[in-house]
Amino acid sequence: MKQSRLILTVLAFGYAFLYIPLFSVVFYSFNDSKLATVWGGFSTRWYGELFRNEQILDAALLSLQVAATSATLATILGTMAGLILVRFSRFRGRTLFSGMITSPLVMPEVITGLSLLLLFVSLQQAIGWPGQRGFTTITIAHTTFAMAYVAVVVRSRLLAMDESLEEAAMDLGCGPLRVLFDITLPLIAPAMLAGWLLAFTLSLDDLVIASFVSGPGASTLPMYIFSKVKLGVTPDINALASILILIVTIGLLAAWFAMRNRRT
Amino acid sequence: MNDESSFIRIRGVSKHFGDFVAVDDVDLDIGKGELFSILGGSGCGKTTLLRMLAGFETPTNGSIEIDGTDITAVPPYERPVNMMFQSYAVFPHMDVEKNVGYGLRKDGLDKGEIDSRVDDVIRLVQLEPFRSRKPDQLSGGQRQRVALARALIKRPKVLLLDEPLAALDKKLREHTQFELMNIQDELGITFVVVTHDQEEAMTLSTRIAVMEKGRFLQVGTPKEIYEYPKSRFVADFVGTINTFEGTVSEVGAESITVTCEELPVPVTALRNEDISTGQKVCIAVRPEKIFISREQPDDDESIAMPAVVDDLGYLGNRSLYRIRLANGQIVQVSRQNRRRSARRFVEWEDAVWVSWRPRSTVVIASGD
Amino acid sequence: MSAAREPVTWKRITVAIPYLWLLVFFLLPFAIILKISLADPIIARPPFTPLFDDQGQLSVTFDNFLFLLTDKLYAYTYLKSVFMAFAATVLCLLLGFPMAYGIARSSSSMRSLLLLLIVLPFWISFLLRVYAWMGLLNNYGVINNTLMFLGVTDQPIQIMYTDLAIFIGLTYSYLPFMILPLYASLERMDLDLVEAAQDLGASRTQAFWDITWPLARPGVIAGCLLVFIPAMGEYVIPYLLGGPESLLIGRVLFDEFFVNRDWPLASSVAIVLLLLLVVPIVFMQRNDARQAEAE
Repeated sequence: MKQSRLILTVLAFGYAFLYIPLFSVVFYSFNDSKLATVWGGFSTRWYGELFRNEQILDAALLSLQVAATSATLATILGTMAGLILVRFSRFRGRTLFSGMITSPLVMPEVITGLSLLLLFVSLQQAIGWPGQRGFTTITIAHTTFAMAYVAVVVRSRLLAMDESLEEAAMDLGCGPLRVLFDITLPLIAPAMLAGWLLAFTLSLDDLVIASFVSGPGASTLPMYIFSKVKLGVTPDINALASILILIVTIGLLAAWFAMRNRRT
Repeated sequence: MNDESSFIRIRGVSKHFGDFVAVDDVDLDIGKGELFSILGGSGCGKTTLLRMLAGFETPTNGSIEIDGTDITAVPPYERPVNMMFQSYAVFPHMDVEKNVGYGLRKDGLDKGEIDSRVDDVIRLVQLEPFRSRKPDQLSGGQRQRVALARALIKRPKVLLLDEPLAALDKKLREHTQFELMNIQDELGITFVVVTHDQEEAMTLSTRIAVMEKGRFLQVGTPKEIYEYPKSRFVADFVGTINTFEGTVSEVGAESITVTCEELPVPVTALRNEDISTGQKVCIAVRPEKIFISREQPDDDESIAMPAVVDDLGYLGNRSLYRIRLANGQIVQVSRQNRRRSARRFVEWEDAVWVSWRPRSTVVIASGD
Repeated sequence: MSAAREPVTWKRITVAIPYLWLLVFFLLPFAIILKISLADPIIARPPFTPLFDDQGQLSVTFDNFLFLLTDKLYAYTYLKSVFMAFAATVLCLLLGFPMAYGIARSSSSMRSLLLLLIVLPFWISFLLRVYAWMGLLNNYGVINNTLMFLGVTDQPIQIMYTDLAIFIGLTYSYLPFMILPLYASLERMDLDLVEAAQDLGASRTQAFWDITWPLARPGVIAGCLLVFIPAMGEYVIPYLLGGPESLLIGRVLFDEFFVNRDWPLASSVAIVLLLLLVVPIVFMQRNDARQAEAE
């Protein structure tokens, strides 16, 4: 299809706008100079330093643990929520439920973070739990907002699914629970996987909520990065960003090619 | 049909969705081995009735029995009934064999038994070459066969078919129609078909129920429904028909006479038991029962009137004519093209006579 | 599944688990925020007065809200946040609409790649993407170096730590959120509609305003709200790219809580922000519901 020149120009500008910052980070990650903006020759030394930095590795480990746990919990809870929204048309408190499940999607992070911290503090006063803020509290916070995303993805998949598939299984002798495991879950599995990946990424990405609900001594990777870049551009963070960009690019391109090949 | 021989017995069944009454207090008996069609437009309640037979909806009132057992409260997965869905609902993540054998696996049959029954059914619907394909590699017609095989394999007492042919193209539809009839004949299973397509209902069924606004307007054989419609709606819905309002002016021993404002001559019809003089009725005549001639027909029995050809359409096997009476009233006539000829039998604006025999006149007591 | 008389216990359990989770971890926290916003700050652990005092009397104060309403600085901050979020939304729309249009009208093989490139930054850490701009916008960053090299200027232009930098950061970060819903509604649109309008005598521009724009409107609304709402509460971008005096509400809330340790005031700031956002949030949920119905 022929595109007007104006559209092509805007497209080119838009993509440049999106990608120039990323390229510049990758470029400067190979800069030997400690002054991140002055070119001092090609070097990979910042990558080496990155892997010797215990603080970064600890933070990254915590982030991955939180992300994997909260994504899994969010997928379970979010799938249940999605099923409820689409398949259970009437039960008491449905309006409240659908309001609560979609609200985290649009809630500003500062509010979510603040409200959960205040909850944890109050709970601790009242029942002595959680004793210490860190892995558990961050995981709960991330699960709560990520389950909303999973619920939305699962819901749209369920809406697109032919309900008579489930009826057909029932007609052929399956009880409701068997239908769920034989038909419904296999068919929404791709949506659940997408939801898990989304939840995982959102958790890895989050700075604000984690800053609120974590306690002293527990730093996620974004919290560590933020504490460093507050003070300005640093070369090892350039290297870290580049590695992340590489992983994401390879992952997405692989997924894209896999999907394209399956279609043809 | 008397009560002893009724295999499916529906008594006083209603279904309400909030304020909306989808099915309104219906009674129906279907015999063993029948191929029964429920015919109606969209929203008439036919699908709701079918879903109540399958168990996906619970009747608000009334009861349903199959083979002497009350199944009104039995969940769908415990009913001796299987359904072929309008969308076919072929499981996309299973191949043909898995789909077909699904119901038997759920019943916990042993593998040898399942395999041999799957083989039989797949042969019956002629899917042998496709048995290990996934649904997205099948055509619409093949998917329809998978759905049929999957529903048949459990040897249900009743097979429910929801618009079984609606998604197929015309040629395939005609072919499949006869195949369905053969399979039904071979297995002797009672079929209940829901359809909006009157032609489909006519060719397939032993009997038809015409449904409208949640009620049955008429239940009968295809011939009864077509030739002796009891209401204007049925007459209109099944095939094409010319209808005229009139008043009974004379009741004789064997025939009656009706005067219609829209027609220049009184219409005679065979006598019907409960007709009396002065009654408002509607008379109806099928287009193929009307003759067109150049000359006035010379028998004095026929109802004949002069007219002009308003429009004509050539359909290959037959032609359709719109004939205009002197008062402007239009009558539709259809005529078989028996002779091979490029010449037209009549032309636009030709003066002609239209006529029909009294026994072709349908008399419908007015009301609906 | 309205099947006859099925056992309902498993259904109850399915509803109960996520329901309870949300009640405890989503709704209850808001009740607590509300409670604390009505308390007085004190120097203690936790730093606010309890809802019931020693005599068991209800102790509620609206001082925090009165303070927010009367203090010029806060009014200014809220207004500025609204303005910045609004301006970023407009900028995203101006850039995002032609992009979404171009993607939706490109050949199908090209389209999936272009779309992938829109989604890709989303999977890379938000924080690191904002950080990338620090390297570009610095006084001795890529942009200034280039401008000075080209001789456009001999002094670095101050972009970093200005409102302009915040604009750029907001637009950059939220552009994909604008493009995706726009693309979704444009892609669904039948091209024949535009051709039909042109066939009936509309010029290209008229066809755009008569057909394309109205049909894309649900996408425009969704996109604008997806940018505006999170931009209102943004914390990272004003912190890293804006100057110390770039007071946006998200940052004020954060500082009030962590730096001044005034929990009641921070809670009231959150409540007022939420009230400001209630209208767009409800609007968005209704827009979503309408779209879901249309499908």
